Amino acid sequence: MRDLFRNFGRSHEAFLLIAVVLVGFILAVATPTFLSWRNLFNLIDSYAATGVFGAGLLLVLIAGGIDISFTATAAISQYLTASLLVARGGDWVSVFAVSAVVGAAIGTLTGLLVHTLRVSAIIVTIATLNMLYGVLIFVTNGAYIYDLPDWFTDGGSLVEIADTPDSTYSISIQAAVLAVVLAATAVILRHSSVGRQIYGLGGNAEAARRLGVNILRLHLLVYGYMGLLAGIAGVIEAQLAHSVAPAALIGTELDVLAVVLLGGASLAGGVGGVFGTILGLALLAELQNGLVLLGISSYWSRLLVGSVIIVSSGAAVLGRRAQAARARTDKVPARG
Amino acid sequence: MADPAVASQPGNALAIVLVVLLAFLGATLGTRFLNLGLLQGIAFQLPELGMLALAMMLPLVSGGINLAVVATANLSGLTMAFVLHALAPSPFAIPVALAAGALVGCAIGAVNGGLIALVGISPIVATLGTMTFVEGLGIGLTHGGVISEFPAPLLLIGQGTLAGVPLDLILFGLTAAAVALVLQRTPFGRHIYLIGSNAEATRFSGVDIRHVRLGVYVLSGAICWLGGLIMMARFNSANASYGQSYLLVSILVAVLGGIHPDGGSGRVGGLLLALVLLQVISTALNLLGFSNFLTMTVWGAALIVVVLLPRLRQVIAARLSPRPGAGAGPV
Repeated sequence: MRDLFRNFGRSHEAFLLIAVVLVGFILAVATPTFLSWRNLFNLIDSYAATGVFGAGLLLVLIAGGIDISFTATAAISQYLTASLLVARGGDWVSVFAVSAVVGAAIGTLTGLLVHTLRVSAIIVTIATLNMLYGVLIFVTNGAYIYDLPDWFTDGGSLVEIADTPDSTYSISIQAAVLAVVLAATAVILRHSSVGRQIYGLGGNAEAARRLGVNILRLHLLVYGYMGLLAGIAGVIEAQLAHSVAPAALIGTELDVLAVVLLGGASLAGGVGGVFGTILGLALLAELQNGLVLLGISSYWSRLLVGSVIIVSSGAAVLGRRAQAARARTDKVPARG
Repeated sequence: MADPAVASQPGNALAIVLVVLLAFLGATLGTRFLNLGLLQGIAFQLPELGMLALAMMLPLVSGGINLAVVATANLSGLTMAFVLHALAPSPFAIPVALAAGALVGCAIGAVNGGLIALVGISPIVATLGTMTFVEGLGIGLTHGGVISEFPAPLLLIGQGTLAGVPLDLILFGLTAAAVALVLQRTPFGRHIYLIGSNAEATRFSGVDIRHVRLGVYVLSGAICWLGGLIMMARFNSANASYGQSYLLVSILVAVLGGIHPDGGSGRVGGLLLALVLLQVISTALNLLGFSNFLTMTVWGAALIVVVLLPRLRQVIAARLSPRPGAGAGPV
């Protein structure tokens, strides 16, 4: 038990947790609105899609891969689903099912390409991002879909709660989906043999192969899961925006990557977890929200995000180096 | 000595594809395609992307990547724009602005190199951070706005010609030649290739790989400055977020041109070929009346095909010839 605490104390998650709590405390003291339920639930709603993307990307990164085409996957799933919804009607189940299936299909194909081409995944997914996005805009001419049914656009809140008589907040479909997705991802990673294989593949692909892990199956699985979640994220984003714009999601892929890396995942694979990703997302949301609440121009938001990426990745590297140095001195028997 | 690797270099496949494509387009579209105005149009568009692709190429060859190329070009452009307006009527405005832009480009490159070579952050993460930071700095300082209206001599770079050749194409050609020279003819260039193919071995052979990496990113930043110069001269304005779609396309061009994404190989010639090919495809699709976005799809597909070809050849070769040593039993 003491070991557990000592390890946590040195871990990336512990530093992140401290940062999240600290920034949260400062914002709570400095602004009256930050710690209101309304603000917190609004934050969850607006960062939910990023979180859902992040959960998928986390799996891919742990497996030692990378995917930056998921925004195009989401845009296509979202557009197809919305078109079907407008033409044929539907309900929540069918909307999520269609979008998730389309996303999973595109994701699985991406996984197949990554696996067979044996080129670094970032190159493959740059190519597929361009291809998918180009096709989407070519076919749709970039036209928005506004005429979504009322039950879809108005049905965002699942449980309405009154904070004070004039301020209500609600547990939204976004928050619920985010919670389910994060929980499911955590279960896959922590409590399934597939999860252990994913960590194994990312940690040492050659060892995993020699142990008889079916690498093709794992690749299809992680990229397929990424696609599935991209489809789901597309739906909750469309619900929040009350419309579907083909180009709305494109360009956010590197922001999602930043969140997951901030959360402790590594491009080298094999490390990272859902808790870290949640903390990374929380820190980013706090900082961007804080800028607005403190009345600092939101034009500085990107600079802040960039600083956080640089500082956190630098700290992570230096921390690992210190740990390695400690491990070396521990091994060397003391002399004299 | 015959080099068996030459036959499998994507550059050669690319050249064949380009010739076939040009012949096909010439035959089907005739003078609609093969006329001087159109070629000049291609020539004007090419340097912008080409400069950024060159800036991307050097880190790629060294086994890294620079996601901050577009952001660096934009901040250099903004700096030059700011200095030009601040010193407006003075004859020194243009040289001071150029120097300031170059300084900013190199400084961002030095930060990238420092984070990667000295701190030890992986290139994707480090340059993702600086990309966001540098773009954020530009957005914060300008509130997302544009700085426009520059003196005529500067605009000449983006719009003038010398003996019919656009000036920005000449600038790009000179830069490409310089990069080729550095890569092929200097010890520094040789070290870049060595680091890209095996950094550890290079370090053990006595090369200070940290200096080389630092140099790669500073040089990359300097080329971004030239890219920013061309962009501001062409648009007659500068902005923190111009040309963001160029980021992924510049990687695409480099890899299409035979620069191995894991580092260690690739030449400027291949990159030039890929650039021309992409511009020809885009112009042809435009002429045929397709949207620009279909061009993105075709470019993406071209990249997949180019990385698929050597892989296919590998698989076929493995199927056709019995494995060496097969039949000799387990070793």
